[in-house]
Amino acid sequence: MTSVKSKQQGSVLTQKLHSKRQLFIPIAALLVLILVNLINDPSFFAIKVGTNSTGDPVLSGNLITILDNASELAILAIGMTLVTAASGGQDISVGATIAIAGSVVLRVLCGTEARPETLQAPIIVAFLVCCVVSMLFGAFNGALVAYFKIQPMVATLILYTAGRSIAAWINNNALPIISEPSFAYYGNFIPGIAIPTPVFIAIACMIIIALVLKFTTLGLYTQSVGINPHSSRLNGINPEFIKFITYVILGLCVAVAGFIKVSRFSTINYSVVAKDIEMDAILAVALGGNALSGGKFSMAASILGAYVIQFLTTTLYTFKVDSSALPAYKAVVVIILVVLSSPVAREKMAKLWKKVAPAKTAKEAN
Amino acid sequence: MKKLIALLLALMVMFSLGACGSKETTDSTANNDAAATDDAAATDDAAATDDAATEDTGDTGAADGELIKVGIINNDPNESGYRTANDADMKAVFTEENGYDATYAYSLKNDEQIAAAQKFVQDEVDYLLISAAGTAGWDSVLMDAQNAGIRVILFDRTIDADDSLYAASIVSDMALEGETAVNWLADQGLDEYNIIHIQGVMGSAAQVGRTGALDEMVAANDNWNLVTQQTAEWNAETAQQIVQSVIDSGEEFNVIYAENDDMAKGAVAALDKANISHGVDGDVIIMGFDCNKWALEELLAGNWNYDGQCNPFQASYIDEIIKGIENGQEPAEKVVIMEEKGFDAATITQEDVDQYGI
Repeated sequence: MTSVKSKQQGSVLTQKLHSKRQLFIPIAALLVLILVNLINDPSFFAIKVGTNSTGDPVLSGNLITILDNASELAILAIGMTLVTAASGGQDISVGATIAIAGSVVLRVLCGTEARPETLQAPIIVAFLVCCVVSMLFGAFNGALVAYFKIQPMVATLILYTAGRSIAAWINNNALPIISEPSFAYYGNFIPGIAIPTPVFIAIACMIIIALVLKFTTLGLYTQSVGINPHSSRLNGINPEFIKFITYVILGLCVAVAGFIKVSRFSTINYSVVAKDIEMDAILAVALGGNALSGGKFSMAASILGAYVIQFLTTTLYTFKVDSSALPAYKAVVVIILVVLSSPVAREKMAKLWKKVAPAKTAKEAN
Repeated sequence: MKKLIALLLALMVMFSLGACGSKETTDSTANNDAAATDDAAATDDAAATDDAATEDTGDTGAADGELIKVGIINNDPNESGYRTANDADMKAVFTEENGYDATYAYSLKNDEQIAAAQKFVQDEVDYLLISAAGTAGWDSVLMDAQNAGIRVILFDRTIDADDSLYAASIVSDMALEGETAVNWLADQGLDEYNIIHIQGVMGSAAQVGRTGALDEMVAANDNWNLVTQQTAEWNAETAQQIVQSVIDSGEEFNVIYAENDDMAKGAVAALDKANISHGVDGDVIIMGFDCNKWALEELLAGNWNYDGQCNPFQASYIDEIIKGIENGQEPAEKVVIMEEKGFDAATITQEDVDQYGI
């Protein structure tokens, strides 16, 4: 028992070191992207203060665009990291459940009308209902994975295929449009505040998850369940419940992301909203150097991964890559990043580093 | 344990199938509701043609009290707003009042559609109407239909089969849609055209047709330039990012050519954020496609300049052809290309919005 304890203590120490090293790849990727853009056109980083068509001040520039548009992905990356760590698999239904979450928001706000003059319910009510519904769908996925021991990818495949149809069904196939301007604040700007609102929402989510990880045992438990569910059970952790709860948390993240998405345009398109975002969310986790087979994770690295992905997308747009070749460019960059951030490659690099600078690593170890 | 999982999976498959089934029924009722409102205009159209047709055929079909049995195979109405409107239009025209007994089958998969066609052949429908999900594999079932004396009419999409196997094919000409739009743009007489071109999903018929016309024009004229040409995959948000990146780079542009309404909407959101005026009397010309109702309203309000139609209302054309065949008249042309309009913000009226909005 004592050996287990000391091992755990040891693992906590190495984990701290580990997570620092884990941050290296996304930060390096970010630096490379920044460098490429600096060489290509330094004005890429220009931030301008302007006014929008309603006369309110807004900040604009590529950096703002990146921060703004990566918000949903960063929020999803939080939940996806936990799910990956605990269950050793990924939820591929997040895009479809975002459609459901968005559809629920519109349904509550619009009632049965497609073009309501006034909102049928306060926005906060719509948001809370959307959270509950998304968490229920998360609980459905979680139950299949945790209690019925179905492969996460197979379990979430159900909602992946059915989700967008459910979303359409919630609103009777109609595409409601909300004309109330205050609803658009959450996905765009609050009048008078020049920074896009999604940035604040994403930061709030990050602060909350940081506090949760710091002051609760969630982080420790998810990692121990991910590393070895049997020994966690012997240590008094209920692995099923931990897995289940991570899917519910992801459901909450999906609700927030879905709410931002519908607020951006005050409407929804069931077939394209948040399309393929699940792949980007999984990619963010992988870019963060987290093992997709579960276990230890670094939340900061995943979130940084999300911003790297958006940075890459925006960079490719400014480079005006031919549209039919865009996925190929993205794929090449992604392959390089994922291979570099894979645990095997990192180990190799660490060994290489030891050979090159043995004195320094020795110092670090002490 | 494995057995348990297997059982569970089997249950789940059944459950999901059940869910699909019940969804379809709710959908169809929803569509019936929608048909009453959205397609009131279309029904008017159809009613007009019906009147003309029934004047001739009135004695034969209706007097006997015999309904014409049609089997309609369509794509899932959830697929897009276009499809929803298309399905609602079908349901509005092929009614008992118009002398039809219509049965519907929906699938986005070619093999399921072919299976549905086989079932309709066995049920001995009089006409088989097909909007095929894929182009291949239809020969044998169409042969069966021909042997059973069933006439086949294709709508919206063509298939790779000998044209003797079907009576008519009613389709949109996407290239013509693009040409109409580009010609409209040329008529605006700008000194220089600096165009942001936002494309749909690469390789789709709509993208190929709408891109082709613009590409030709840009190649042929020196004062036509593409500032950027990117695919937003029909997604408003991606379109917004593309336009945003052009604005951030500080390049000049005066036209946004978006291949559907959603993407035009995303582009306009980016312009609004940067306080760039658009639409009638604005700095940037906004062009979209598909004629969604809300898009036509943007046109009416002068926020956009042009919207090209992609006509989902094939039902009245089909109705006319069927009534003709019942009268012993074969359709003059195998391939019927639907009339498709382009709307200009300067000339659009509220009636247009009500009639053509989907």
